Amino acid sequence: NRFQLEMQTVTLIPGDGIGPEISSAVMKIFETAKAPIRWEERNVTAIKGPGGRWMIPPDAKESMDKSKIGLKGPLKTPIAAGHPSMNLLLRKTFDLYANVRPCISIEGYKTPYTDVNLVTIRENTEGEYSGIEHVIVDGVVQSIKLITEDASRRIAEYAFEYARNNQRNSVTAVHKANIMRMSDGLFLRKCREVAENYKDIKFTEMYLDTVCLNMVQDPTQFDVLVMPNLYGDILSDLCAGLIGGLGVTPSGNIGANGVAIFESVHGTAPDIAGLDLANPTALLLSAVMMLRHMGLHDYGNKIQTACFDTIRDKKVLTKDLGGNSKCSEFTADICRRIQDLD
Amino acid sequence: HYPHTPTSFLPPPAKYGGRHTVTLIPGDGIGPELLNHVREVFRFSCVPVDFEVVHVNSAVETEDDINNAITAIRRNGVALKGNIETKHTMAPSVKSRNNLLRTSLDLYANVMHCQSLPGVQTRHKNIDIMIIRENTEGEYSSLEHESVSGVVESLKIITRNNSLRIADYAFKLAREKGRRRVTAVHKANIMKLGDGLFLQCCREVASGYPDITFDSMIVDNTTMQLVSKPQQFDVMVMPNLYGNVVSNVCAGLVGGPGLVPGANYGHVYAVFETATRNTGKSIANRNIANPTAMLLASCMMLDHLKLYDHASSIRNAILNTMNETRLHTADIGGQGTTSEVVQTIMRFIQSKGQLTSEY
Repeated sequence: NRFQLEMQTVTLIPGDGIGPEISSAVMKIFETAKAPIRWEERNVTAIKGPGGRWMIPPDAKESMDKSKIGLKGPLKTPIAAGHPSMNLLLRKTFDLYANVRPCISIEGYKTPYTDVNLVTIRENTEGEYSGIEHVIVDGVVQSIKLITEDASRRIAEYAFEYARNNQRNSVTAVHKANIMRMSDGLFLRKCREVAENYKDIKFTEMYLDTVCLNMVQDPTQFDVLVMPNLYGDILSDLCAGLIGGLGVTPSGNIGANGVAIFESVHGTAPDIAGLDLANPTALLLSAVMMLRHMGLHDYGNKIQTACFDTIRDKKVLTKDLGGNSKCSEFTADICRRIQDLD
Repeated sequence: HYPHTPTSFLPPPAKYGGRHTVTLIPGDGIGPELLNHVREVFRFSCVPVDFEVVHVNSAVETEDDINNAITAIRRNGVALKGNIETKHTMAPSVKSRNNLLRTSLDLYANVMHCQSLPGVQTRHKNIDIMIIRENTEGEYSSLEHESVSGVVESLKIITRNNSLRIADYAFKLAREKGRRRVTAVHKANIMKLGDGLFLQCCREVASGYPDITFDSMIVDNTTMQLVSKPQQFDVMVMPNLYGNVVSNVCAGLVGGPGLVPGANYGHVYAVFETATRNTGKSIANRNIANPTAMLLASCMMLDHLKLYDHASSIRNAILNTMNETRLHTADIGGQGTTSEVVQTIMRFIQSKGQLTSEY
């Protein structure tokens, strides 16, 4: 009898717009690959809980608390006043403190930058996004950037653990401690302290501007980058731009208590929703990241290889990748390759 | 209601016999050697500028040096500077000297013109972006405190006055240079009040320039667009930190820190330097640094002093060396030394028949 891996439950949040169709594509591909994943679909549209506070639906929370692993499509930003951003709500509910984006050049998808292979690890709970702003007097606004010892240490520890677990050689702390002496200074100090416990990983520090300057000239010099919230936001998008944009970039959010939610970071694309035109690559690569996180490397590699081969082959690309095929055709091609690989 | 416009600025009166005095701050790293080359070229070309050299020691905690420099610039009105290192080993109370200089002299507009150079190999071509960055407030307000042990607050200040001022500068400059579009870069979806105010001010100023198109873009999307399609941008205006990011991305796109000059303008004073403000410690004193950025900055300074002929002469020589002779330093893929490049520049100036002195 063939040894069967135990099925693991993953909470699936299809999302809005093209979310449901790209989620279906991922589920189909996983099924073809016979990945031992059991999907539990949930909706996370915010509801008002007892006491009037906005929260995610209890069944969604319950599912995530049990499964610990989530895969999420794009969520619509609500326009209704008072309604918080869904991403923010998820972040707070599960204390998703680390946003991780591996940026690897996709061989078949040409951009001016080849051989990009880096990972941005962004502190995702504080920094410039604390949401604390005041009008001091008319015409003078103060926005508060918060940096704490605990959050800085936690993200630094995650970065080094990630580097070690993923066979990466170096971690670079990105900062502006020349200008923000105390806040970024604190962040940097914590990184240095944590680095002491990871002598097998090379630790360097670099100014944000120097990183930007060097990144667009030679991204191959970078490996793992760790930084506070705002710089992480900017740099992770900059790096996504190097490999082809948000349509092909995977992303993972690591929370406390072992929770991890992987997601595509592009928008809901309402103009093409339901027309079988969407590109599922970003969500698929995020799902691959998820498989690796769960230790299911073989399945992850197989699916990634099939996906990259399809893109390299250029025969059934979706419109955003330069072709004019349907999402279902793109998906079918990947499935076919997976079957051939078996 | 601001008296200053980019072209109508009056330079400080020349001191004696038509010669200007300019404050020169060597700074650290490659600053001293690059500024020596500027002096060399000026001397050779008989530029009527005398430099008053003021040293700023980055290793001391007191602010005497930087205050002396600031006083000298108030006296002369114009300065050329290298970057002064900010040492992390010192206490957080020791602020960046460069920042102190900018805020004390109220050099509110940092202007950078990023253009693709035909002689330089880059991934993207036909880039022509003017970046106008608010230079005195925002995240660079240097207002930080530790509320509770292990919890630090850093204040980002955005004011209506400074936002209007920088937007005004951007639109006036755009009109003067015949540019068609100004894009405000922000993160007002997250920093609703701060960046929201900045954006609102830009919109207000834009309404007074119906001939110029105004749009806005969120900073993270901006960087993504810059690395994929930088040709879409014309003039960009933004608060301090985003300016730092966008300037460096653009400098990298056109060939690196060795190529782009930068200018810091206030109502009264002007300070010129390399655009990306690098100290370049690792390449200092090895005769390999690219003198282009600093030399072009000195040409911007000459334009500011209305010494247009000298500015053009030196600039043409620099661009000729870059694009025709293709004598490049290592940072742009060549093997020339700094002095070889400088000498080639001076030879070109001489060949044009201008008055030169012995070198």
